[in-house]
Amino acid sequence: MSSLTDLSMLELAAKLASREVSSVEATRASLQRIAQVDPKVRAFLRVDEAGALKAAEASDARRQAGSPLSALDGVPLGLKDIFLTEGVETTCGSRILEGFVPPYDATVVRLLKEAGLPLVGKLNMDEFAMGSSNESSAYFPTHNPWDLTRTPGGSSGGSAAAVAAREVFGALGTDTGGSIRQPAAFTNTVGLKPTYGRVSRYGVIAFASSLDQPGPMARTVGDTAALFQLIARHDPLDSTSANVETPDCLTGLEDGVRGLRLGVPREYFADGMDPEVAGTLRASLEELEKLGATLVDVSLPHTKYALATYYLLSSSEASSNLARYDGIRYGLRAKDARGLKELYTQTRGQGFGAEAKRRIMLGTYALSAGYYDAYYLRAQKVRTLIREDFTKVFQQVDAIVSPTSPVPAFKLGAKVDDPLSMYLMDVYTLPCNLAGLPGLSVPCGFTQAGLPIGMQLLGRPFDEARLLRIARAFEREHDFFRRAAPV
Amino acid sequence: MALTLEQVRHVATLARLSLTPQEEERYATQLSAVLDAVAELESLDVSQVEPTSHATLASSLLREDVLRPSLPPEAGLANAPAKVGSAFAVPKILE
Amino acid sequence: MPLSDFQTVIGLEVHAQLLTQSKIFCGCSTAFGAEPNHHTCPVCLGMPGVLPVLNQRVVEYAVRTGLALGCTVKSTSVWSRKNYFYPDLPKGYQITQYDQPICEWGELVIDTPSGEKTVRVRRIHLEEDAGKSVHDASASAGQSLVDLNRAGVPLMEIVSEPDLRDADEAVEYLKVLRDVLVYLGVNDGNLEEGSFRCDANVSVMPKGSTTYGQRCELKNLNSFRFLKQAIEYEAARQVDVLESGGKVDQETRLWDVNKGVTRSMRSKEDAHDYRYFPEPDLQPLLVSDTLRDSQRQSLPELPRAKRTRFMGEYGLPAYDARILTAERPLADFFEACAKHVPDAKKLSNWFLGELSRLLKEEGTPLSALRFTPAQLGELLATVEKGTVSANAGKDVLGEMFRTGRQPADIIAEKGLAQVSDVGAVEAVVDDILAKNAGEVEKYKAGKKSVYGFFVGQVMKAMKGKGNPGLVNELLKKKLGE
Repeated sequence: MSSLTDLSMLELAAKLASREVSSVEATRASLQRIAQVDPKVRAFLRVDEAGALKAAEASDARRQAGSPLSALDGVPLGLKDIFLTEGVETTCGSRILEGFVPPYDATVVRLLKEAGLPLVGKLNMDEFAMGSSNESSAYFPTHNPWDLTRTPGGSSGGSAAAVAAREVFGALGTDTGGSIRQPAAFTNTVGLKPTYGRVSRYGVIAFASSLDQPGPMARTVGDTAALFQLIARHDPLDSTSANVETPDCLTGLEDGVRGLRLGVPREYFADGMDPEVAGTLRASLEELEKLGATLVDVSLPHTKYALATYYLLSSSEASSNLARYDGIRYGLRAKDARGLKELYTQTRGQGFGAEAKRRIMLGTYALSAGYYDAYYLRAQKVRTLIREDFTKVFQQVDAIVSPTSPVPAFKLGAKVDDPLSMYLMDVYTLPCNLAGLPGLSVPCGFTQAGLPIGMQLLGRPFDEARLLRIARAFEREHDFFRRAAPV
Repeated sequence: MALTLEQVRHVATLARLSLTPQEEERYATQLSAVLDAVAELESLDVSQVEPTSHATLASSLLREDVLRPSLPPEAGLANAPAKVGSAFAVPKILE
Repeated sequence: MPLSDFQTVIGLEVHAQLLTQSKIFCGCSTAFGAEPNHHTCPVCLGMPGVLPVLNQRVVEYAVRTGLALGCTVKSTSVWSRKNYFYPDLPKGYQITQYDQPICEWGELVIDTPSGEKTVRVRRIHLEEDAGKSVHDASASAGQSLVDLNRAGVPLMEIVSEPDLRDADEAVEYLKVLRDVLVYLGVNDGNLEEGSFRCDANVSVMPKGSTTYGQRCELKNLNSFRFLKQAIEYEAARQVDVLESGGKVDQETRLWDVNKGVTRSMRSKEDAHDYRYFPEPDLQPLLVSDTLRDSQRQSLPELPRAKRTRFMGEYGLPAYDARILTAERPLADFFEACAKHVPDAKKLSNWFLGELSRLLKEEGTPLSALRFTPAQLGELLATVEKGTVSANAGKDVLGEMFRTGRQPADIIAEKGLAQVSDVGAVEAVVDDILAKNAGEVEKYKAGKKSVYGFFVGQVMKAMKGKGNPGLVNELLKKKLGE
């Protein structure tokens, strides 16, 4: 018999609506599951039991009164620790923000509260979202529920692991170069990186402002669509927030892929891909074809430059975004600093971890006098070429299909001392951020060893509904989301 | 291209990061490797290409010139490591 | 070579605080003088996760200023981040405009002893102000305090070309620019509170040379006097350096008010590398034709144009016209009064004389004047008619200034009216001449000096209220002149 926590968000929402289950029961079940498995998974940096139960009680009262705030009113959710939560410590996985209690809620957090969802806690992540394995968290690495010796991916690894381990029904993550999609692929969950500007960044701690985008992570495509619709709102507090209608992703969700043209970029099926991943992807493509989609061989010629472009641009922006952590207004302040200069250098030297320092150094160098044109400006121009690649291809196809990650979840510790090979984990995911496009990862199978494999779908700007529809058509043929992680 | 220790120290100064000698060594090596990797961009002719600084070119959002409530100072300073009255305190700034 | 063989070259960078209610990127108040950090929010405190949203009025004011100075207003300008660490800079970078400012290439005409001069304005750009670091007693030893009320206050930087050739020209440029900004209603022109600030780039070169010398940037020039003193000191200093075979280093120098010298601010070794790059949190700033046109239509008549018009329309001397047009309210009030006074020069005399004296002494702003243009017109007419003497008129104006009562009532109450009734005056004159027949003889015999005696006697008899014109006229007639 499946326990409460095995329900999808929409299944739970239905039981909440029919009063068969109360939000307090669902939230308690979630909290119990956390108590039971998180000592092994280590997805949570902090659990807000009191806050979650209080919100759950309020939700039940609304359901009682027949006035729920939304279809998901009462569904317990987890938040990556990058989202500011008023009154609840927010560290972004960094020592430098240890003990920081925000005076305000991120816009998406406010939207979730206004929709009545209890927020059970803050999820582990790579420090300042810089990483692909959750190992750069200043606190502890999160373990993959499918194999505790492996990484759940990153940087939203805590969110993915918590969802996969049934600790929460869904979660929010952020995606700067693949940080939602890659962990989703590593954990048999669904992750959507919306179009840049679709979801507000206000109150989301910045890594690379022109690339960051918050998004939903859940076990099913339907849950992902429902959660996406709650947070896809124009925000007057974010100048880069697109002033577009909130999409209806549920109505056409079951419409299938018949007649859709799906592009298969040859550059994404290059060497270095794990054979099991490659095989599973081929099979998935054939299935999509059987379901009525037309596969089109396409080319994104500048793909191989995306990695270099991404690391120059994201590190440059990060070096500036992380300048505010100086020990003056909040966060860590070096105890033994003598004088102002040392206050800065020691606070930042002690507060930032190795990966954050590495990127701050790279970005500072790329922007510094004499190097700007050679590195930052050139990268911005190549970014234009990469965008144009996609624009051309989307004149021929409705969406692009590829693997999410070239490999399945790797062993914890395998790549920590080799930043370059770690960066290579993101080759398929980061071009989408450079182009500002929506991207989604949906489970598409498992390796012999039982490690999840994800399929990535990329779409035109603001075409998330179509990506969800394609993902759903594929999901409907399988029961991957019914398969629980062996933890 | 290889980064010298002097360059690493200069960048660390710009970024206000105190680095141990070991870190200086490590970053010299690792950043040099990253810079070699990104050197592939030089093979592209981008002389005629416009740079992209924003993912979307939605026109700039403006706000009306109206007052919104400020934070109560106690909330704004709640996280301050050191304060005097309602001001943040820092080691003396030498002009 | 002596100092006189060198040419001073000056360019000014003016920072003008825009007169908005709220800050440039958040809704906090820009009001001056609040308790530390009482006008702050997550955005201007540089909290994690915050984002800037541009204040519309800031754009309108910059466009208005650009048009007034004849600049090209760019349809697209770009925000950049200027990266540096300082305790009063919460985000570790300042949001400013760098290589693509909102306005470029305008000009400002000033008066110099050798006539009109056109100073080129290279650029106008927008930026956020930093906070304030306090080093005073409130901080214990070895401590500085940071107040971020000013952080995010909107600033407009107006940069001139190095077209100014001496301290007086620089002062004149700064005064004219301030008058224009105040006229436009975009700035309050207050140097003391720092809402109108100026840095000066100063260099010297041998007269006749065409290549500028190495320049120094002078800061802390918060009055016109300091600007003049600092430039003159700095020019002389640079000449000394060159004369003694040295070279001038490009550096920022602080004007030391007490010592009356400029001194080097920053040591060479931490030369700045601001690592400017486009601000990813703000889209490029687009200025529509609609906005440009609406601002152009709402442009007021500017001081110089007004001055020229005053000279033409009212036939006023340049001196009067300049003073009357220096401030918009005064000019407007003058024009209102001129409708009631036929002789604009006489009106101007009253403005420059008695009225400005009263305004200064009573410290009343024009906006708070108690009397109307019509009342002033009535007073001047009465003086013109001779109903009251000019001196009495001043008392009446003073009374109007304080009470706003009708001039007629004041004159009546104080009995200031002059006797201008011919019969009445003639009677007194006849009486005096009759009483002093002897003196009349002497006068007729040629001793003209006694004339004054007759006037005195008549006035005495009339308790000083005889209309002087009429008294003279009748005396002369009776004495057979």
